[in-house]
Parts: sequence; structure tokens; C-alpha cells
Amino acid sequence: MRRPPLVPLLPAVLLAVWLLLNDSVAPGHVVLGAVFAWLVSAAVARLRPLPAWPRRLHVAIGLCWHVFVDIVRSNIGVGRVVLGAARRQPTIGFLQIPLQLRDPHGLAMLSIIITGTPGTVWAGHDPASNTLTLHVLDLQDEETWIRTIKDRYERPLMEIFE
Amino acid sequence: MSAADVPLWAALPAALLLICGGLLALVGSLGLLRLRSFFARIHAPTMGSTLGAGCVLIASMLTSTALAQRPVVHELLITLFILVTAPITTMLLMRAAILRSDRSES
Repeated sequence: MRRPPLVPLLPAVLLAVWLLLNDSVAPGHVVLGAVFAWLVSAAVARLRPLPAWPRRLHVAIGLCWHVFVDIVRSNIGVGRVVLGAARRQPTIGFLQIPLQLRDPHGLAMLSIIITGTPGTVWAGHDPASNTLTLHVLDLQDEETWIRTIKDRYERPLMEIFE
Repeated sequence: MSAADVPLWAALPAALLLICGGLLALVGSLGLLRLRSFFARIHAPTMGSTLGAGCVLIASMLTSTALAQRPVVHELLITLFILVTAPITTMLLMRAAILRSDRSES
């Protein structure tokens, strides 16, 4: 059963950005920010008619933590590869990963997570077969990569956006 | 307000974070020099824009929080904008490189 959506993402983020920019949570700024957030959301609604309604935000906290840990870990990994490049050039490679995630916002988040993590870059996505092409800096073990993407990122994103 | 006004509890971790961030950015840039193919080089600068930038921003938050004597979290915005924009360039470069190598093969 689908739970009702929590909050539309765009106005909430815009309000948060407004408050951060002004560095204040005074009631006046909250009201002004809310008005701006609503106006901008209404203005861009025609550009992007599909609003994002994330659910189950507790899943997102776990996901953010996983992403943070993975970014730290892969920074160390890529650093090692770079420093060891004189001895051994990394074995770069492409991976094809079939996805179940269909929601465009979920896919956008997945692309940001994958590309934002050093060592992996989103290299393409085929909407017909829903396969993701992933480019990996040091491809040692294909299975581990596929499992990481699917279990750590894709499943929580599906829970949040679908 | 000068550097001497920053209390030690903020100055020490901030300095450490700045060194870490600088080192990460340096290693990332070094990757541009040392890795041989374009597809390998595209991965290296991400180090500077993720954890490297993160370290510098946390250091900035620490020192400005200590100086203003209240939580200052502006820097989260920079994190958000880097996180949203940096992958787009990387993906565009990646797609362009793939299309070019496809064309040169055929």
C-alpha cells in the first residue's frame, strides 16, 4: 500500500535555500521564503510538470549516510590508484547494470550519487531496456559493483520515490 | 576579527581539515597528470570536488561558527550546489567522449 506523499520536494528545498541564504529563521523570512518558494514552484511547473513527492524520509537519512561513507571510501581508493599509477595503470571498464528504478527523480538522484562518487561515472542510460551504463576507474570485481549500486542506492531510492 | 581570535578548539580541527582538503585536491589534480587515458582521468578531479571541498567547507563552518559565536551553516548551500552541478559536467564530458570514440571506431 502506498503511503500519502509527505511534502512536494521543490518548494521545501527552495524554502530551505532561502533561509540558509539569509542565515535566519525569523518569522518574516519564513513567510517571505514560503511565498517565493510557492511562486517559483508555480512558475516552473510548466517546465517540469512532474513534481517530486519523496516518501519515507527516514530511508533518505540512511541513504545519505551510505553515500557519505562511500564517498570517503572511494576518495581513498582513487587516491591510491593515482599515487600508484606509476607502477600500475588502473583497469578501466564499462558495466551494464539492469535497473528496476523507473522514476525520473530517482534516476536523477542515482546519477548524481554515482557521478559524485569518485571512481564511478554514469556513462549512459537506455530508457527502453532501463539499463545503466556505468564507467568504473578500477574494475576488479563486477559483481561487487552491481550489488553495491542495486542494494545500497537503487533500493532505497525506489522506496523514496516510487 | 582576525585569525588570532579563533579559539583553539575550532582552529585545530579546521587546520587539519584544510590540510586534508588541500591534499585531496592535490592528489586529484595529480591524477590528471599521471593517468594515461581520458576515461581514467575523468575520475580523478572528483576527489577535489567531493571530499576535498567538503573538508574545506567544514573547516569554514567551524571557524565562522567560532567567530560569530552562533551556528553558521551557509556553507551547506555551497555543498548542495557543488553536489548538484559537478556531476552534470562530468556526465557531459563522459557522453561526449563516448560519442567521439564510437565515431572514430566506425
